[in-house]
Amino acid sequence: MFRNLFFAAVLAALCAGLLTSAIQHFRVTPLILHAESFEGAGHSHGEEAVVHEHADGTSHVHEDAAAATTAGHDHGGDWAPQDGFERTAYTVLANLLVAAGFALVLGAVSMLAGLPITFANGLVWGAAGFVVFSLAPAYGLPPELPGMPAGDLMARQIWWIATAVMTGAALLLLAKTRAGWAFAVAALLIIAPHVIGAPAAPEEASAVPAHLATAFAANTLGTAAVFWAVLGLVFGRLNDLFADRTATQYAGKGALA
Amino acid sequence: MNTDATTNAPAHVAIHSLSLSQRLIAGGLALMLGLLLLGGAGFAGDYRLHNGAHDTRHAMGFPCH
Repeated sequence: MFRNLFFAAVLAALCAGLLTSAIQHFRVTPLILHAESFEGAGHSHGEEAVVHEHADGTSHVHEDAAAATTAGHDHGGDWAPQDGFERTAYTVLANLLVAAGFALVLGAVSMLAGLPITFANGLVWGAAGFVVFSLAPAYGLPPELPGMPAGDLMARQIWWIATAVMTGAALLLLAKTRAGWAFAVAALLIIAPHVIGAPAAPEEASAVPAHLATAFAANTLGTAAVFWAVLGLVFGRLNDLFADRTATQYAGKGALA
Repeated sequence: MNTDATTNAPAHVAIHSLSLSQRLIAGGLALMLGLLLLGGAGFAGDYRLHNGAHDTRHAMGFPCH
């Protein structure tokens, strides 16, 4: 059974991930690259430290400049994919892995909660995934471009995960029961992370122009909506297919394993 | 969503024909694998993972540096 779930999840992730990569390539990545051009000295993809030549012929490395470079954009370490094909290839690969991760989590929730993902309700699952993993986290932590000031990374990651878990629990609860108390608990779960508040960005000017940032927020959320819709629908369609086939096999063998 | 449980055919057969322990095992495995992938691609601090998945993290709305 795990095999069916696994194949349906991976195939759905492949479809959604590749389509998303294509949209991203034209609508999202150019904004990231554009934003990086404003990071200027603040952006370190492993550049060398600034070497300062003095008139007397001696030279020394400006440690403070090097430190500032790393602090501005923490890409620590040396390796990063080369801009161009290599960078795009890594992004597509990472997209596919993230897509597979989301699909497996969706499938796991379906399996554990006993709520099937079908072609008929695939769009509902997709919408739920969008709200849980894209919209709710973005409500507190708007999609961020390189070079924009942001709060502590670990704190933001914890808030992101907590928000996704709580919003997901709320939707799952409503999917299982529509009792009055369930609405109250769900509302509480959804609102709480936003009342507590996401880790705030420090009060400093962003190096990135506002119009890039707004375009980025709209385009990433739009792309995510397409991703989740496709993931839910394809996942559901494949589940229907596999279930049909399995049912036929079992009927043939007269066994239910 | 809880009302259509008996109306929609095939995948329901799949899930509802499974025993609880089968569902727990399949669901548990899928959850672990899924979270492992998301953790590696979306959250891990290792600089190779970060730099390789950099644009994906930004584009998918994960917190990134």
